[in-house]
Amino acid sequence: MEIQVMEDILGKNDRLAAENQMLFAKQGIFVLNLMGSPGSGKTSLLEKTMAALKDDLRMAVIEGDLFTSKDADRIAKYGVPVIQINTSGGCHLDAAMVQKVLKELDLENLDLLIVENVGNLVCPAEFNVGEDAKAVVLSITEGDDKPLKYPLIFKESAIAVLNKVDLLPYTNFDMNAAKKDITSIHPGISVLEVACCHDTGLALWYDWLKGKVAAKKMAVNAHEHA
Amino acid sequence: MHEMAIAEGILDIALDYAARNQAQKIQCISLRLGEMSGVETDALQFCFAALTKGTIAETAELKLHKIPLVGHCKECGKDTHIKHYNFLCPNCGSGQLEILSGREMQVEYLEVD
Repeated sequence: MEIQVMEDILGKNDRLAAENQMLFAKQGIFVLNLMGSPGSGKTSLLEKTMAALKDDLRMAVIEGDLFTSKDADRIAKYGVPVIQINTSGGCHLDAAMVQKVLKELDLENLDLLIVENVGNLVCPAEFNVGEDAKAVVLSITEGDDKPLKYPLIFKESAIAVLNKVDLLPYTNFDMNAAKKDITSIHPGISVLEVACCHDTGLALWYDWLKGKVAAKKMAVNAHEHA
Repeated sequence: MHEMAIAEGILDIALDYAARNQAQKIQCISLRLGEMSGVETDALQFCFAALTKGTIAETAELKLHKIPLVGHCKECGKDTHIKHYNFLCPNCGSGQLEILSGREMQVEYLEVD
């Protein structure tokens, strides 16, 4: 006997992600799913972001990590609420994991929630956690071939942050080729060149985040008054 | 290795539909997998075989129905098979290609006894 099914394999995750998204929308919180390889500089970018924006925005961070709380410890130093999710070997965060820890956050007093995913260029791109946007951090030491090797993560991301550009003279990374590949995979994606360690190019990143937070607040206010 | 999570999703759906139809055994599960779904099919087969041990899907065959990555250009109106993940329209060069297919990751049908 044949049984017609036609169900999305990740449908359960998508349903939970939609629940999370509704909760965030109700509170007007902009949620960013921050992805990238291990060592690309996701946590460094977050540290800079916490230091630069903590007086302007009410922020919180969810840290995904296989086993440790090393990243969460780095963020906690900035006085920002941070929650650790250990995936115990799992290669990505999913909507259920995020949903489980949301009660630990004061969602009513939050503008920006950043979810730092497990370091990985493949799996996190497939699993929505309820975010408004995804961002990918690619460090130039990883090589300019990575966008075409991992196209989905660039297709899914609203912004690509190319980190460690201070090391360009010591690598064979072709910035023009990388940008051409990224924008052909995702026409319209924002691409930033930064060097976290030297505070290079970060002002544009802060502006991008602040713009997104403001737009989310406006959308929620418009909805309430409609 | 998110193939384990995908295999779990497939098995959950298959067991659910099998139970609702009082099936005793799942012979085959057909999947619709888009060209850009990012599934490593060997890894998926491996995870699926490990997961199904002791279930009515233990000997089930996974049939893979691959779906090409096709985009529709909102600028010039042409449909095109997207190659090398280049989302610029090969006809008019615009960046307005909307994905029509190629991101699927679905259970299509089951064959059961």
